[in-house]
Amino acid sequence: MARAVVTVPARAKRGEIVEIKTLAQHAMETGFRRTQTGELIPRDIIRSFSCTYNGVEVCRVELHPAIAANPLIAFTTVATESGTLQFQWVGDNGYTVTEIAPIKVE
Amino acid sequence: MTTRRQFLIVAAALAAPTAAKAQLDPNLAANRKAAFQEARRRIVGDTLVRPGRVKLTLPPLIDNGNSVPLSVTVQSPMTEADHVKAIHVLTEKNPLPDVVSVRLSPRAGRATFSTRVRLADTQTVTAIAQMSDGSFWSDGAEVVVTLSACLEEGLI
Repeated sequence: MARAVVTVPARAKRGEIVEIKTLAQHAMETGFRRTQTGELIPRDIIRSFSCTYNGVEVCRVELHPAIAANPLIAFTTVATESGTLQFQWVGDNGYTVTEIAPIKVE
Repeated sequence: MTTRRQFLIVAAALAAPTAAKAQLDPNLAANRKAAFQEARRRIVGDTLVRPGRVKLTLPPLIDNGNSVPLSVTVQSPMTEADHVKAIHVLTEKNPLPDVVSVRLSPRAGRATFSTRVRLADTQTVTAIAQMSDGSFWSDGAEVVVTLSACLEEGLI
């Protein structure tokens, strides 16, 4: 049920800086909250995010419990060549989501 | 047979640890401050951190600390020779000082990043940028939080 949404412009001019927005569906349980009976709810968060452009790393993000639920990550990249952008989220309890977005550079 | 006196002693003994646990750590503020300094030292070491070049944008008044839009922009040409290596965001009063660490490459084109964060209290948020030449630059933003994230921590 893990889901992620990625916004990448379908076309871009060579050398243009394009904005990328990513949204992953995740509760980001902090590990500091308690249930009504006082038991600590164990931590369950996304630990890291990475984006590669045709195999070259653009950015890598370390997330901590202070990131809000359904983490939004927005950044930029230079449109160098046509190809694919690959996004990966890795988290606690074996959470892994990979998303691919094509980009056409002219 | 249990007398009333015995029952009261047992009940008090059972209740005592729970009551102690429910109380706030009296050194909370000092501990958080120490944790913040420790996290900052882990990032910058003994290097001097200069103000400037970094722009941290946060709304000054926050109704709900559970989801606060945060963005960081660093002035940098983002070339192979001169680029931003990493952007770190730290808080002073959250249960954990670290918020996010972003490692960038020159392929990012622009040193800009945005996300949504949780803030536990009215506090100063700090952004530190690490450049490829090894220098550190920072910016801070004062925020007022009316509804805190992690109320369970007993922050007032």
